[in-house]
Amino acid sequence: MSETQKVKDPTPPVKESQGSQVVREIMSGNAVISVLAVVVALVIGGILIAVTDPRVSTASGYFFADPGATFSAIWSSVSEAYGALWRGATYDPTARTWQGQLGIFETLTFATPLILSGLAVTLAFRAGLFNIGAQGQIILGAAFAGAVGFGMHLPPVIHLLAVILAGAIGGAIWGGIAGFLKAKTGAHEVIVTIMLNYIAISLVLYLLKNQLKDPTSTNPISPQMDANAMFPLLLGPNFRVHAGLIVAILAVIGVGWLLNRSTLGFEYRAIGANPKAARTAGMLVSRGYITVMLISGALAGLAGVAQIAGTEKSLDSEIAGSIGFDAITVALLGRSKPWGTFFAALLFGAFKAGGTSMAVNADVSIDIVAVVQSLIVLFIAAPPLIRSIFRIKAARREGASA
Amino acid sequence: MKLELKGITKSFGALIANDHIDLVVESGEIHSLLGENGAGKSTLMNVLYGLYEPTAGEILVDDKTVKFSGPADAMAAGIGMVHQHFMLVPVFTVAENVALGAESTGPGGILNLEETRRKIREISARFGFDVDPDALVEELPVGVQQRVEIIKALVRNAKILILDEPTAVLTPQETDELMDIMRQLKAGGTSIVFISHKLREVKAVSDTITVIRRGKVVGSADPSAATTELASMMVGRSVSLTLDKADAEPGPVTFKVTNLTVMNDAGQRLLDDVTFSVADGEILAVAGVQGNGQTELTEAVLGLHKHVQGSIVLDGNELVGRSVRQVLDAGVGFVPEDRQDDGLVGEFSIAENLVLDLYKKEPYSKFGSMNRAVIAKNAEAKVAEFDVRTQSSQDAADTLSGGNQQKVVLARELARPLKLFIASQPTRGVDVGSIEFLHKRIVAERDAGTPVIIVSTELDEVLELGDRIAVLFAGKLMGIVPGKSSRELLGLMMAGLPADEARAQLDGTVAGTAGTTPAGTAGTTEGERS
Ligand SMILES: Nc1ncnc2c1ncn2[C@@H]1O[C@H](COP(=O)(O)OP(=O)(O)OP(=O)(O)O)[C@@H](O)[C@H]1O
Ligand SMILES: [Mg+2]
Repeated sequence: MSETQKVKDPTPPVKESQGSQVVREIMSGNAVISVLAVVVALVIGGILIAVTDPRVSTASGYFFADPGATFSAIWSSVSEAYGALWRGATYDPTARTWQGQLGIFETLTFATPLILSGLAVTLAFRAGLFNIGAQGQIILGAAFAGAVGFGMHLPPVIHLLAVILAGAIGGAIWGGIAGFLKAKTGAHEVIVTIMLNYIAISLVLYLLKNQLKDPTSTNPISPQMDANAMFPLLLGPNFRVHAGLIVAILAVIGVGWLLNRSTLGFEYRAIGANPKAARTAGMLVSRGYITVMLISGALAGLAGVAQIAGTEKSLDSEIAGSIGFDAITVALLGRSKPWGTFFAALLFGAFKAGGTSMAVNADVSIDIVAVVQSLIVLFIAAPPLIRSIFRIKAARREGASA
Repeated sequence: MKLELKGITKSFGALIANDHIDLVVESGEIHSLLGENGAGKSTLMNVLYGLYEPTAGEILVDDKTVKFSGPADAMAAGIGMVHQHFMLVPVFTVAENVALGAESTGPGGILNLEETRRKIREISARFGFDVDPDALVEELPVGVQQRVEIIKALVRNAKILILDEPTAVLTPQETDELMDIMRQLKAGGTSIVFISHKLREVKAVSDTITVIRRGKVVGSADPSAATTELASMMVGRSVSLTLDKADAEPGPVTFKVTNLTVMNDAGQRLLDDVTFSVADGEILAVAGVQGNGQTELTEAVLGLHKHVQGSIVLDGNELVGRSVRQVLDAGVGFVPEDRQDDGLVGEFSIAENLVLDLYKKEPYSKFGSMNRAVIAKNAEAKVAEFDVRTQSSQDAADTLSGGNQQKVVLARELARPLKLFIASQPTRGVDVGSIEFLHKRIVAERDAGTPVIIVSTELDEVLELGDRIAVLFAGKLMGIVPGKSSRELLGLMMAGLPADEARAQLDGTVAGTAGTTPAGTAGTTEGERS
């Protein structure tokens, strides 16, 4: 993307609904805003850590007698918390076990499904669709993968490949429904995907009580996946990081190629940026909506595979956690670029991995992580806020389209 | 109010769009800016309106330096701007649109539109605008929407009004009305900065003309100067304003439209039982006031319309019912009426836009993978050939000036071997020098044996290019007349008179000078061959 100021000669018409234009701007802003959003969110998180720390409030009791004590209390409180977060997410020499020292691999483990589902959101967005339904697609992907993973017994490698394929298909079906309805009836994909999220969770709960239930358990949980159906662990049994990470990295490269190099991606981007011009140029906009949602759903389905065949081993109704929703933030933070999404997913993986260590070692509530994540969303969604904080000139688009 | 720009410079990266521009707009004067596409006119106006911060230079209003950090500041200083694309909310009423951004509210924050309505009526009455404050904007004709924009500026007490190519989208009649409005505003003390590529308008309405070339002021001209003089001043070389094309040598008829009817969703006939044909190596110009079915005709050919009856045959193949892709693949080159909405993807690079409908073909792509090197090379060639003024063909199409965007669309559509070339408003917003070039290119396409259809609301262009001229009125074909027919005849047909009746009427009024309608009735019969 060129960083030159973009302006249409006669300023653009108010054709696209104002709302989607705003979202478009949010999703395609530049990386600087992303980085600053993270920084500001961390600063505010730091303030929260400080004000909730009893040491700081004690020291502030005699603030006027010894202001330095307050500041040093603040410093030690915040630096301990973020220090613990950082070490927990990367390398912690103070941990008792050597496995525990290498938090970086936990970060990668958590990041794996986020990368895949973040890509799902990113890809759909580039074609102009807001796929809010990664959650449902992950659940369906995991359910399909599970059905093949514990329901069938196949030789090594083949079994895993079958599981991956099944998961992709599951997700693709769920995404494809939204794409199909959008293309054929104009039903807004945001509404449809949100509804499909609910349906997915209910459907899986039903299946877990019936067809997919583990007969030996009283809980709605499936049997365990075959060993052959699991992603191999990349670093042996001491670490959870699994081959799903390789799938995710391949997916980043694949989606990057698709978007930037392929004719299909050219169509998607054209449809996303100006569907009318795309149609006039002979592109089939409705077919584009369907296929992009199929691929997007498949990517989210792979995130479901990463969950069930990477870490969870069996299916339950919590299989997707909050991944499908974090995926939206990840794509947002990654500016809907494949590698941007990758790094944003790493960051969120780090938050998850480091959050526990922060809670344990610095005695800071793990909720702070959720707060920081929410603040990131807030700041990305409100670029003018970040701009005014950092006095970045709003010379870009809004200047022009005002 | 007097406005002065001193040494305004605006650069985009390495490109200097405005280079130390000095300009004085006296109170109550109409000051026109003339310049080639990409000369920097719109950029200068965007600086003046607070949309861009100048790299250097200052703006003085009534001899006091002002600094704008946004349009709100400019408006507060009494500067209003009407963009070429209107900034109106289509589903709002006129009053709501005018109030937008400067709402007056009653107690409890309740919107008070009465005040706005009153002001609109007042301004309407004063300048004879004839605008109903409660009309929905989307239901108004373009010319009236433009007046709403002007009212918007006037309600905010604009003393200086910037009109950037306001006439590009207007019918000749609406243009005349706009010029009257401009004169009245001027009489009321408003200063106007006017930008247009139509020299006739500029001459008719201006008090002062400033010519800009490649970002610099190259001088000022007197409105009474000859058109050719103005043209050569802005382009920097002599321009021939008339196209001396050779007569067409029509070959076999390969494009036939028979009983074509296009309806909207409500079943209204937008195009009503139209039949005509175009021969190889011939240009059929379609004239008519905007909104009489021209758009529907071109869109029906491309396959963009749902409700189409009748037949469109190209080279023996029926086009009705085919997809856009299939029609393009059948060899149709298509220039849509609205380049920004339908012709370009603004955030794509110029290079990408130049293959927007060719990307699937070799050598631009192979096995589903785009060949960037080839696409870049193609762009270099096209940018050079069509004189697209840009720093780099990798820049977003958004950054091009209006006229240069138009050139990109034409460059793309004329790039491949065609069986039919169909263009709407091919030179809208294009400067005189480039019009000369584009017209030559279109004629060259004709001479290569392609049937060509040009839809234009510019009578000049229709007369210039058309080997035959078809006139549409209310979706019906009023007839097809020879290329060198008189303006009077075309005018009558555009007002809804079939060719024969129009001719009869002209013969009646100008008895004895029937020579103004050459070729007798040949036109109509010619038009009906199929
Ligand atoms: N936002 C931008 N970023 C980069 N370059 C730009 C931008 N806006 C304009 N330009 C360049 O500045 C130059 C002047 O453009 P401008 O739109 O002012 O021309 P113009 O005189 O209005 O032309 P036209 O008659 O075609 O409308 C052009 O070369 C254009 O490509
Ligand atoms: Mg311009």
